[in-house]
Amino acid sequence: MENKLIVSPSPHVHSGDSIEKNMYGVLIALIPAFLVAVYVFRLDALIITALSVLFCMGFEYLIAKYIMKKTPTIFDGSAIITGVLLAFNVPSNLPIWILAIGALFAIGVVKMSFGGLGNNIFNPAIAGRIFLLISFPAQMTTWPTPNVGATTDAITSATVLSHLKFSPEALPAIKDMFFGFEGGSIGEMSALALLIGLIYMLWKKIITWHIPISIIASVAVFTGILYLFNPTPIYNPLIHLFSGGLMLGAVFMATDYVTSPMTKSGMLIYGVSIGLITVAIRLWGAYPEGVSFAILLMNAFTPLINNYTTPKRFGEVVKNG
Amino acid sequence: MLKKDKKKKEEKTMNNNLKVIVNGLVKENPTFVLLLGMCPTLATTSSAINGMSMGLATMFVLICSNAAISALKNLIPDMVRIPAFIVVIAAFVTIVEMVMNAYVPALAASLGIFIPLIVVNCIVLGRAEAFASKNNVLASALDGLGIGLGFTLALTLLGAIRELLGTGKIFSVSVYPENFGSLIFVLAPGAFIVLGYMIATFNKLQKK
Amino acid sequence: MFLSLFIISLVVAVLLAQVNKMTAKPIAAAKALKLENAIKEVVPEFDNNPVEEAYKMPVAEGDSLLVYPAKKGDEVVGFAVNTYSNNGFSGNIQLMVGFDMEDKVVNYAVLSHAETPGLGSKMNEWFRDTNKPGQVVIGRNLSEGNLSVSKDGGQIDAITASTITSRAFLEAVNKAYAVYKSSDADSSATKLNNAEERQEEEGGENNE
Repeated sequence: MENKLIVSPSPHVHSGDSIEKNMYGVLIALIPAFLVAVYVFRLDALIITALSVLFCMGFEYLIAKYIMKKTPTIFDGSAIITGVLLAFNVPSNLPIWILAIGALFAIGVVKMSFGGLGNNIFNPAIAGRIFLLISFPAQMTTWPTPNVGATTDAITSATVLSHLKFSPEALPAIKDMFFGFEGGSIGEMSALALLIGLIYMLWKKIITWHIPISIIASVAVFTGILYLFNPTPIYNPLIHLFSGGLMLGAVFMATDYVTSPMTKSGMLIYGVSIGLITVAIRLWGAYPEGVSFAILLMNAFTPLINNYTTPKRFGEVVKNG
Repeated sequence: MLKKDKKKKEEKTMNNNLKVIVNGLVKENPTFVLLLGMCPTLATTSSAINGMSMGLATMFVLICSNAAISALKNLIPDMVRIPAFIVVIAAFVTIVEMVMNAYVPALAASLGIFIPLIVVNCIVLGRAEAFASKNNVLASALDGLGIGLGFTLALTLLGAIRELLGTGKIFSVSVYPENFGSLIFVLAPGAFIVLGYMIATFNKLQKK
Repeated sequence: MFLSLFIISLVVAVLLAQVNKMTAKPIAAAKALKLENAIKEVVPEFDNNPVEEAYKMPVAEGDSLLVYPAKKGDEVVGFAVNTYSNNGFSGNIQLMVGFDMEDKVVNYAVLSHAETPGLGSKMNEWFRDTNKPGQVVIGRNLSEGNLSVSKDGGQIDAITASTITSRAFLEAVNKAYAVYKSSDADSSATKLNNAEERQEEEGGENNE
């Protein structure tokens, strides 16, 4: 087998791109958001993120080695990213054992059951977060109050979106949401820090603009139209853009290579759909936040989108039909 | 000589009967192999006891309807066989429903609509069409028993795993504290996940 | 063809009629028992039949609640009120709330709900957990004012991450209290004169 001559289609020039290079690029882009998280939640954010990465890499190693019996590739960076993103999607006071279950589900069920990196249908971190949200709703929806400059505070606080849904009079200032000092999960604190990450990834050509911008734009347009008809804070596009996991989802979760469409037009369909579903869930669904559900749903549609947006081969005859 | 032959024949039918039952349990297990009756399988297995009762209710209907249809098979004209089968099946299902409502109301309430829905369970009609209408009464009843046992076994196992992972209990006996259970396994997504892994495991074991 | 289908249907109909006749009584008994148990759970000990003496009391906006008076001998010891709220996280919540004669909540029973498992569904235990006095509803005296969640400036701690459910739950309890209060006014007036009691109650019934 090893001596087989491999004939592959052109081009044969390698750009030096590799899984590792892209994955570590994403990790660098996550640094600003991580710094904000550590500033807001102090040691808690650090511990949760570190442990989450450790759990993800550990489970991947064990499953690859002892169940799938192949060489573990835990340093390709994908397990690290799953770990970081999973941590970014949970409250900073989440019990460690719940985090471990989330990592086991994300890596074991969502990624390795399908054959490992490249074969998974769903984004492991998103699926892990939703698994935890449904399994441990109480622990996953009580956030510690961000203690900016103050000492540790044990009072739990609602997020902007749960205010929006259940008590719209208690909304914070949009400026605070943008810079990141409102209650929420570890990584969804500051829209600004996440946007810096986006700019870095665009600059390094790790991702293209299609998915994140189409998500953000469709959310803005959809809520903007509703806001024109009914200018209450519930429909304010700025609040929808800078609150909850929208930026985190649009920039880091939806752009996962494995689970998003490959063609440019496919990416736009995918992004706009995520934006619309997100707003629909936020406004009319049972949960205050819908980004993760929207991404998971569209992950499932990705193969179909790929199928329908594949470019025609050059010279292919289009049949009359 | 004649006696020996008869005995041999008896043994053969005994073997055949056993084969029919085992066939339903393993080779044509309705849940893991035929993938029939998925609706009650996914919906009613939130606990081991619910899964088992659903399985037993279906088994009762299967045995009775298989036997009845096999007995009536020569009386039923081919053209109206499906409506006739359905009427027979619906009769037994309604009996089960009424009896459960009368004597185990709590269980009937937790299984809810899925008891009357046994009527449209494809396993029941499938066995009537594929087996009972071609075989004698005893074999048909045994086929109902085998398939029913396979269904019950699968549902009980699925229910037990979901209950264990979701609430830390099996048959309501506490194994670990409930707070550590992952709620998702009691809900619909957990049913799909656990069923998927069970089918995979079953296939792997069968291939060996 | 039609004849055989007709005969099968006829036989099945007769069979089902028989089973229905046999199970109708136990089904009715099981239903009554469930209601009786819920009442027993929520009011002080009684020796009358509250189900038979139940009457409807109007609340605001033209709808009314069923009230089950519990009596020991001739004395009224409490009321069980079948109350509801439509403002749950997933819609309707049905409760049985019991009061003694001192405006205190004796106990409650959740009859039906569709709240999220693990969150809102905790209401069955949450509001009676005596280890956490901040969230207990039992024993509260509603004559001091309606109950509300602490987030809204009230005295009851809401279920973690389920403020909506908690609000709906307390709304139902408050509604029950309003009805109880009007029933109570009726009966405490009659307490002075036992002879008048029956008349008063009939008056209550006429209010329907």
